[in-house]
Amino acid sequence: MSSEHGHDNHPPHLAHHFETPKQQFESGKLGMWVFLATEILMFGGLFCAYSIYRGNHQDVFLYGYGALNKYWGATNTVVLLASSLTMAWGVRAAQKGQQKLLLAMLIATFMGGVGFMCIKTIEYKAKWDHGLFPGTMNAFYYKNGAPAYPDKIEHAIAYIDAHNTGGHAPAHGGEHLADAHAEAPAHDEHAAPEAASEASEAHAETAEGHTAVIIPAAFGAPADVSLIPHPAVTTETGLLDTAIDNAGVTVLPHAGHTQRVWASLSPEEQGKVHIFFAIYFLMTGLHGLHVLIGMAVILWLIIKAAKGTFGKEYFTPVDIGGLYWHLVDLIWIFLFPLLYLIH
Amino acid sequence: MSVIHDPVKAGIHGGQAPGGTNYINNSKGILSWLLTVDHKRIGLMYMVCVLGAFLLGGSFAIMLRTMLFIRAASETPISEGAQNMYNQAFTLHGAILVFMFIIPAVPAILGNMVLPLMLGAKDVAFPRLNLLSWYCWVGGAIFFMFVLINGGLDTGWTFYTPYSSSTTTAATTATMGAFILGFSSILTGLNFIATIHMLRPPGMGWFQMPLFLWALYATSVIQVLATPVLAITLLLLMAERILHVGIFDPALGGDPVLFQHFFWFYSHPAVYIMVLPAMGIISELMSTFCRRHIFGYSFIAFSSVAIALLGFLVWGHHMFTSGQSAMTNAVFSLITFSVAIPSAIKVFNWLATMYKGSIWLATPMLYALAFIWLFTIGGLTGVFLGALSLDIMAHDTYFVVAHFHYVMVGSMLTAFIGGMYYWWPKMFGKMYSEPVAKVAWFLIFFGFNLTFFIQFIAGSKGMPRRYADFVPEYAIYHEISTIGSYVLASGLFLVLFNWIHSLKYGRKAPQNPWGANTLEWHTSSPPPTENFVEDPPVSEPYVLGAWEYDASIEGFVHNKEKAAKLAQMSHH
Repeated sequence: MSSEHGHDNHPPHLAHHFETPKQQFESGKLGMWVFLATEILMFGGLFCAYSIYRGNHQDVFLYGYGALNKYWGATNTVVLLASSLTMAWGVRAAQKGQQKLLLAMLIATFMGGVGFMCIKTIEYKAKWDHGLFPGTMNAFYYKNGAPAYPDKIEHAIAYIDAHNTGGHAPAHGGEHLADAHAEAPAHDEHAAPEAASEASEAHAETAEGHTAVIIPAAFGAPADVSLIPHPAVTTETGLLDTAIDNAGVTVLPHAGHTQRVWASLSPEEQGKVHIFFAIYFLMTGLHGLHVLIGMAVILWLIIKAAKGTFGKEYFTPVDIGGLYWHLVDLIWIFLFPLLYLIH
Repeated sequence: MSVIHDPVKAGIHGGQAPGGTNYINNSKGILSWLLTVDHKRIGLMYMVCVLGAFLLGGSFAIMLRTMLFIRAASETPISEGAQNMYNQAFTLHGAILVFMFIIPAVPAILGNMVLPLMLGAKDVAFPRLNLLSWYCWVGGAIFFMFVLINGGLDTGWTFYTPYSSSTTTAATTATMGAFILGFSSILTGLNFIATIHMLRPPGMGWFQMPLFLWALYATSVIQVLATPVLAITLLLLMAERILHVGIFDPALGGDPVLFQHFFWFYSHPAVYIMVLPAMGIISELMSTFCRRHIFGYSFIAFSSVAIALLGFLVWGHHMFTSGQSAMTNAVFSLITFSVAIPSAIKVFNWLATMYKGSIWLATPMLYALAFIWLFTIGGLTGVFLGALSLDIMAHDTYFVVAHFHYVMVGSMLTAFIGGMYYWWPKMFGKMYSEPVAKVAWFLIFFGFNLTFFIQFIAGSKGMPRRYADFVPEYAIYHEISTIGSYVLASGLFLVLFNWIHSLKYGRKAPQNPWGANTLEWHTSSPPPTENFVEDPPVSEPYVLGAWEYDASIEGFVHNKEKAAKLAQMSHH
């Protein structure tokens, strides 16, 4: 390095191995874009798993998504999109040297992250309460053809079925139907195949316009035993037209979309509902982790911005931190319809 | 042209930093290493660690070959305990050598060392990220060490489900280790991409870059695009083991073949993470030691990129017997054959470089020649295995084992050692002993072929891989192979001895012992901390004419007038 270009004359934020601030800025930006590519590939694996399992078990996904609260999901989408807007605004403020606006926008973005995680916590809590978390304690966890927790499963089924047939508040509908289930004949815990015929009756409990269906007790029963037509269905609109598709699975028309209830799943598929929740938690969990990392980055930017580090000459960290935040947002844009809006 | 008698006085002994300090001795103390952001120091730290992993993984290889020899020589079947031990030995051999040695060896050691030098730059684009990648490697290595003392691992390095989701050995810990090592690889790749894009000096366009950098660039693209898929696969495997989520476990409705797809989506491109930078080294060695411009520069450059891209489309050839549809198999087979095209382009260009060259059989060149021999065998047997009918027969036999050892060890390891010899004087400022190096080369080349060529025969006769026991008909192959592995190991130890010996007793290295024209030879050996005292002259990397041999320093000196003339000629 020649002497007139010595270290002392460097702009304060220029690392010694770069010649110009522009080179440093572009390097940082390129590095972040490459990193975002790795993130997309990593989530790509999960999207791939999602596609394969959804393709292989369509009814399971149509059934399981009923447990998700699409209103909370939509709210979170709005929250995250808004935080992306404030982030972009913050980058612009940094570029124009508007220190106070930058700080305000970064704080707003951070609060967006907080809001998102709070809502996510509320949603997770609801799943947890109904035994729908991943793992061997999951209500739908099956091993060797039998449910591990038959008492939990009723609760979870009631909760999801209520949603799928147009229930209102999850807690209310769920509890109500769970009570109704408690009166149903006790299930054989070991699900012996010979118990199949006597237990494969289906009951309809109509309360406040919801339809609940009692699970066939013998989960290991041959498919034809439990593929009984669903009893007449009443929905809020009074629609009584039930269609039976080729496989003999009952399809409940509701609000113009096909819905699934537990009894309409074949016994084999009933044993796979936990996969939907595993994929839901893995995808949203990994995404939530990225939101937390993004929040940590933004917090760091807030501290720097409060000290007045950024200005027209130097805003690289804000810019590339913003890129990361937009990616977190973008992934959610895909997660939301894929998980919450299945039809 | 005049012969310069006192190069030090004439000031051409490399742009030595004031006071003769270099990147190794300019600061002292363990923290000056652990907190360094100097790419050369990070390269050296990688070297020590990665060679340690090589020693460990190699020890497991010797262990398993010895067990097979003992079985071959005895009459009685081996005990169940010994069988379990064998399963652990081949698993740890593969897992440690793949994840901790072969993947990082060339990019993280030699790439870190010379990539910024070749660009005339002071460092990589993100020096702190570079240090972080080393810590990721160490973090992953700690997990693997924990595996060793806590239950071992018996899944095979491929972690195939459903066995890996149910084994009682420390598969979760090992998976976590591989996951963290993956970040080390990603960070290195990301850094190299940004560095090559942004830190090329004025006058060095993409097609004035040394071919080693093209190879590292292609490698980095694979590291960045494939490794995250391994990361998510390993995360899912951990989730399967800990939470039983049912993604891979068939008992829970999962699909174990999906794991294979995910795994090979990374691990086949990973084969090119291993061999592409090795090919880059060979391109450098061929030009330098044939004293000629490399033949077919742009073909070699583009074939690196072609291999990187095609490498993403062939993973299914590992799964011909996993129940894929016949159509899928046929498509994967066809694309697999197509990888042979860019690979052959490289080999023929290297041969064409040698044709009418003035071949100098220094040790690095011997390794380059060994590479061509071994890579050709490894590559061609890969084409055999890409053929569906033959693969169904040879699948999971020693034929496959021999094939991938010819590529992963025969090719990658010889190029790596060749590259280490080539840049050793630059890294440490010391010359190794040529005669000892040549003896070691012979032991490695002979020992390697003795170990693995016989395995093609054993495999084609049906000896399955990963078996601790076998019928007496296979005994002779195992005996010969094991003896070969001892010869190979002795050669490798001799290399290590030569390197360590040179540090203390080696002759002082000149700035440019080989007369190569890439920019790392335009600075002192070893270089100062910021690499160059004055900006090196950027010129065509394979025009060697400006370097003249000076017997007094046993090295080459740069003739600036000649360089200027050559530069003028190349403009016309």
